[in-house]
Amino acid sequence: MMREKITLDGNEATAKIAYKLSEVVAIYPITPSSAMGEFADEWAAYKQPNLWGTIPLVIEMQSEGGAAGAVHGALQSGALTTTFTASQGLLLMIPNMYKIAGELTSTVFHVSARSIAAQGLSIFGDHSDVMATRGTGFALLASNSVQEAHDTALIAHTATMEARVPFLHFFDGFRTSHEVNKIEQLGQEDIRAMVDDNLVQAHRARALSPDRPVLRGTAQNPDVYFQARETVNPYYQVCPDIVQKYMDKFAALTGRSYHLFDYEGAPDAERVIVVMGSGAETVADTAAYLMGHGEKVGVVKVRLYRPFSMKHFLKALPATVKTITVLDRCKEPGSSGEPLYLDVVAAISEGGASDPKPRILGGRYGLSSKEFTPAMAKGVFDEMLKDTPKNHFTVGIYDDVTHNSIDYDPEFHIEMPQTVRCVFWGLGADGTVGANKNSIKIIGEETDNFAQGYFVYDSKKSGSVTISHLRFGTKPIRAPYLISQANFVACHQFSFLERYDVLKYAAPGAVFLLNSIYGPDQVWDNLPREVQQAIIDKKLRFYVIDAYEVAAQTGMGGRINTIMQTCFFAISNVLPREQAITEIKHAIEKTYGKRGEAVVKRNFEAVDQTLANLFEVKVPEQVTSGFTRRPPVPNQAPEFVQQVLGAMIAGEGDSLPVSAMPADGTYPTGTTQWEKRNITLEIPVWEPDLCIQCGKCCFVCPHAVIREKVYAPSYLEGAPESWLAMDARWKEFPDMKYTLVVSPEDCTGCGLCVEVCPAKDKSQVGRKAINMAPQPPIRERENINWDYFLSLPEVDRTQMSLKTVKNSQLLQPLFEFSGACAGCGETPYLKLLTQLLGDRIVVANATGCSSIYGGNLPTTPWAKNAEGRGPAWSNSLFEDNAEFGLGMRLTLDKHGEYARELLAQLAGLVGESLVDELLRADQSSEAGIKAQRERVATLKQRLAGIDDDQARDLLSLADVLVRKSVWIIGGDGWAYDIGYGGLDHVLASGRNVNILVLDTEVYSNTGGQASKSTPRAAVAKFAAQGKSIPKKDMGMIAMAYGYVYVARVAMGASDQQTLTAFAEADAYDGPSLIIAYSHCIAHGYDLKKGLEQQKLAVASGVWPLYRFNPALIAEGHNPLSIDSKEPTIPVSQYAYNETRYRMLLQSDEQRAEALMKLAQKDVRGRWDLYKQMAAMHYEGDGNGKTGND
Amino acid sequence: MVDLTTNYLGLTLKNPFVASSSPLTNKLGTALQLEEAGVAALIMPSLFEEQIIHDSLRLDRDYTRGAESFAEALSYLPETGQYSVGPDKYLDNLSNIKRAVKIPVFGSLNGVTTGGWVDYARRIEQAGADALELNLYDICTDPEMGSQEQEDRHITLVRDVRARVSIPIAVKLSPFYTALPNFARRLTEAGADGLVLFNRFYQPDFDLETLDVVPHLVLSNSHELRLPLRWIAILYGKIRTDFGLTSGLHSAEDLIKAVMAGASATMVASELLMHGFGRVTEILNDVQEWMEEHEYVSIEQMKGSMSHQAIGDPSALERANYMRVLSSY
Repeated sequence: MMREKITLDGNEATAKIAYKLSEVVAIYPITPSSAMGEFADEWAAYKQPNLWGTIPLVIEMQSEGGAAGAVHGALQSGALTTTFTASQGLLLMIPNMYKIAGELTSTVFHVSARSIAAQGLSIFGDHSDVMATRGTGFALLASNSVQEAHDTALIAHTATMEARVPFLHFFDGFRTSHEVNKIEQLGQEDIRAMVDDNLVQAHRARALSPDRPVLRGTAQNPDVYFQARETVNPYYQVCPDIVQKYMDKFAALTGRSYHLFDYEGAPDAERVIVVMGSGAETVADTAAYLMGHGEKVGVVKVRLYRPFSMKHFLKALPATVKTITVLDRCKEPGSSGEPLYLDVVAAISEGGASDPKPRILGGRYGLSSKEFTPAMAKGVFDEMLKDTPKNHFTVGIYDDVTHNSIDYDPEFHIEMPQTVRCVFWGLGADGTVGANKNSIKIIGEETDNFAQGYFVYDSKKSGSVTISHLRFGTKPIRAPYLISQANFVACHQFSFLERYDVLKYAAPGAVFLLNSIYGPDQVWDNLPREVQQAIIDKKLRFYVIDAYEVAAQTGMGGRINTIMQTCFFAISNVLPREQAITEIKHAIEKTYGKRGEAVVKRNFEAVDQTLANLFEVKVPEQVTSGFTRRPPVPNQAPEFVQQVLGAMIAGEGDSLPVSAMPADGTYPTGTTQWEKRNITLEIPVWEPDLCIQCGKCCFVCPHAVIREKVYAPSYLEGAPESWLAMDARWKEFPDMKYTLVVSPEDCTGCGLCVEVCPAKDKSQVGRKAINMAPQPPIRERENINWDYFLSLPEVDRTQMSLKTVKNSQLLQPLFEFSGACAGCGETPYLKLLTQLLGDRIVVANATGCSSIYGGNLPTTPWAKNAEGRGPAWSNSLFEDNAEFGLGMRLTLDKHGEYARELLAQLAGLVGESLVDELLRADQSSEAGIKAQRERVATLKQRLAGIDDDQARDLLSLADVLVRKSVWIIGGDGWAYDIGYGGLDHVLASGRNVNILVLDTEVYSNTGGQASKSTPRAAVAKFAAQGKSIPKKDMGMIAMAYGYVYVARVAMGASDQQTLTAFAEADAYDGPSLIIAYSHCIAHGYDLKKGLEQQKLAVASGVWPLYRFNPALIAEGHNPLSIDSKEPTIPVSQYAYNETRYRMLLQSDEQRAEALMKLAQKDVRGRWDLYKQMAAMHYEGDGNGKTGND
Repeated sequence: MVDLTTNYLGLTLKNPFVASSSPLTNKLGTALQLEEAGVAALIMPSLFEEQIIHDSLRLDRDYTRGAESFAEALSYLPETGQYSVGPDKYLDNLSNIKRAVKIPVFGSLNGVTTGGWVDYARRIEQAGADALELNLYDICTDPEMGSQEQEDRHITLVRDVRARVSIPIAVKLSPFYTALPNFARRLTEAGADGLVLFNRFYQPDFDLETLDVVPHLVLSNSHELRLPLRWIAILYGKIRTDFGLTSGLHSAEDLIKAVMAGASATMVASELLMHGFGRVTEILNDVQEWMEEHEYVSIEQMKGSMSHQAIGDPSALERANYMRVLSSY
């Protein structure tokens, strides 16, 4: 049978099968599995049927725990049910997995295997999550490639029906999940042929039904639990054979043969590696290469890991084997070996393998998608040749601490010469990855070639670097590792040459394509020395194109993707040039067609204009450049930053040894200041003649790159020549000067500052007090000004009120230069928080955008002031952040109490009056806090000289006597959904914590999935048809407690109200909740209009502003003040500026209109309710505290 | 019984009352109500090529912004089926309305590219429009562009469209031409079957608080009738074509004046938006009553009866008019 060849990634390949074989799909987003749920949701939205012709019911749950519960329930009622997850998500499913397996329930969970957060979170792939489920009773079935993921998904779904053992089908996250490869698609007939409907009906017959009631889920006592636990043994005994039966059935159908353990290699192999997942393909290829060179090596690929069939394993192992190395892609600290190793040891020990039994070694590889290359595989084979090989080794890293790592030759390569290998450096925003995905589809689907693509991204959300790795050739490609010897290297951004070793990927004689504003005659002189040297040494053929110019001419803006793609096809000759252009255009139509003809036309024009602008460069014989690549961080950066973080910044983190890494995951703060990313071509420029010193530009700047200071005129002496200053307009600071500066290399060019600036030139209203201007000509000048600005003293916080926006912006931000999206709507709130309270806050940060731009290596924006104080930050998990923060509060409370007890006990030693002052200190103001800090310093001095256990105890706790504020921060996915149970409990606790919800109304970090915060009528992933139910009113729920401070803010609508809310939340001695409107890239519009949208959200009533301050109740006031006016515009006027709403109007107008009507009704109803609440009469109770007294 | 029928663009209309482009002619429900109220034809709102291009590019920008940049979020919006960012929605709507009503339905088009004008004109024809109004609305802001060049461009596109479609074409003009009669003649020679005078420009306003330029929509009033009235009166008879009058028609008197100036069709929108469909019947009844009272037998009899050529003192429609008004103060 001829089957369609398609080019797709492992997630889609898996989801296609899972969807076809399910009736209920419970989903929740988690990287790298989210795409599987997204596909299911979209297919259901388009009404695609499953195998039986009905549309699966897809439901998003509030967490993976919830998804597992829903799956369990659906299964118990007889539906064919599936879910998709990874990492911590899988861990949250474990309790239900025990139940589902214990009840012998057929299901498949599809897992893109991912690391578990330990010393740090990682979104990348290894088997830590899957291995954590070994005890659940699920069958664990691995697939090693995109084709296998597609095939194995079907085998899993069919085998589970007969075996009644639930299956976890897994593949390597951020390899197989995201690798794009050409595969043979299984058709409806294939799936039909594999599925036995009798088993489906039997599954239904076992379901709970009041028509034939049974009881399941009993509680069992010591007398029988044990025996009952053993009842399932027969099912596990036959499960491997059932799986093999379906593998054989599949082989008969498709010709692709799988076994529980597949051996590849020499029949007389003496050295065998046992491995599972995509790494097995690397080992297999390496073994084949080494066999060709006479080595007796082989590999056992483990497919069905649980139930582990010793019989099948031993059968797969060649009898000649002398040494086995088991490679585990996970780590179990403190164990006697990793899981697969222990299983193999047990199998050899128990299984009666030939005598002498083979030596068994264990090793770890590839944690968190660490590259696992043929060189490393060879290193493992070589290690087995040694008389005293390392056991429990690591490969792929350099361990200079415990010296566990083995050596390998990184120059060893086995790439097939007939495979063409291409590497493309791009900028996230330039569309490089999208174009490369199209190229793979063109090559894979329009030629007989096989094609593979894999894409590497950095961890920044703005100005991110992407590296695309493309292979294609006449033979199937199963190289699940990055390209190191490319025939073609393209650099789509000229500035990368100054920052990265772009040509390290180039093989000798390769082609180098550069997007350059310099033509073929000028480009050479503008290359760093290292680049020139590499071009000469490797004898590269060098081409340039000014893609930006072509893009500008054809209306493509910064999107150079199709232009560079055309160059690639023109130079690489994969296809005849004319055919290539036809195919590119065909791909453009497919990709962009539904977005309208204009987009297609512009892309076509860009393709047509490209070749006339592509030139080959005559390469000189000598290096002539007078400059070299820039160091990743400046020389004045601290040593750790230079040695460790600098290597990561330069893309050389793989070379860092174990000793370079902090053992407990603790890193210094304030490190983004050293990572000058220089990602914008335009920056704001200050015009003092127009400036009214309102501070609004500083207030809204998401990256804290606009700063202002008031300083003594004497500092003008010695100021740089280009320094601008004006008289300060502060009554608190008479006769002072004022300057506003911009950090040119930290700015992302979002333009929010210009949008918010209220000061317009009276003769030319288009000119404001701050305007965007090209960065390159003024970069150095502004760098000098910035450095001088930093050297000026910070304003004395005790000398002014912090209650006004204007004053607040004189305060030093301790959150700066994050990697958040340009124009981010979240970060201005965090910056403000640090300005107001940064030197005394502890932050618990839920996983999400804010934990990524806040804490993803290499650098962190959380900073400290000149005294070394600043926010202390940590991220626990996604689901537990409120509890995590509460724990911090509990410590502060307990230590505070203990410190006060000790103070009282030590009063005689340290001084009665000091103790009295410390205990009675008023810390409600900056001056009060400053005074308390001085007292604590005195206390510490006195304690230091006292030889007493209690004194030493107090010394270790003394700092807690200065008021600390706990801030629990996260997005709406956390607060409304996965973390809500905990958040609710923490609010109810009455403890003095402050919860800041950065509400983007979707799960932003994972790509915009709907949360319960998503408003009615908006489209989001997992709500592809537009959300039909209204946004959850979490503020209202919190207000119901009566003792929780609640504020709903939108700084774009009222910066003053935002500021007031932060100050009141901090001052309130009880739980506080601030829900902050955060415009987001997932809303679908240019974020420089974010503040305008905030205004409209408020004006339409979609986002009413209010503060509910329970402290007012005691004073006889209504605690609720509504801070915004009655709605003045319709919801649609706000909503239809955003694609998340408008796209529904464009795709299903009727539904859009119906939902918009309801959304308008929601607004009215909520407003009326708030108004009534705000009008209620309160009488004072004479008791200032209403919380947990 | 007076005869209200009129010939416009080769079509026989049961009366001169045509529902001009407005949200009312854009929806099936209101289109049916207009027909029931008695309008003789419907003109669809313009298909704006610029809007189509803008929507398409915007959708693409919003989809690609931030996409394929960050490993956890390779996109931020779900892919859904098809979007109506092209002309399809407009064309489907036109077809649906055309199928549902018995009166003629006119398409209307405002293009920006030569290809766009011709392509969309053909599609409007294929969608079933009985005639096509070309809405020549662009603001020439380039100091290098001369009036002749601008007019030539318009003549070319009318000729191009004429060559590719067979339904009648009317050209809707702005009043801002130095030598309107000459341009009108050239348009007719290029293939226009009729001229519609005049397009209303929605002039933006200034917000003095924010110093922003803001859009400002004002519905027409009867005073605006004077300008097209005058120019149709001047052109009628001199240019062998049909005239439609738009802007400022609010009453039977306005309609009668328009016909007397030479209009075959009178386009009404603001009056209906302000006072509802009932005004169609009222105005038509008033027209009939007035004609009966004044012993007119047909619209054709009345058409052009006060045009430049027909009135005794043509100077009243020329510059002298202006001088006389001034001297009356």
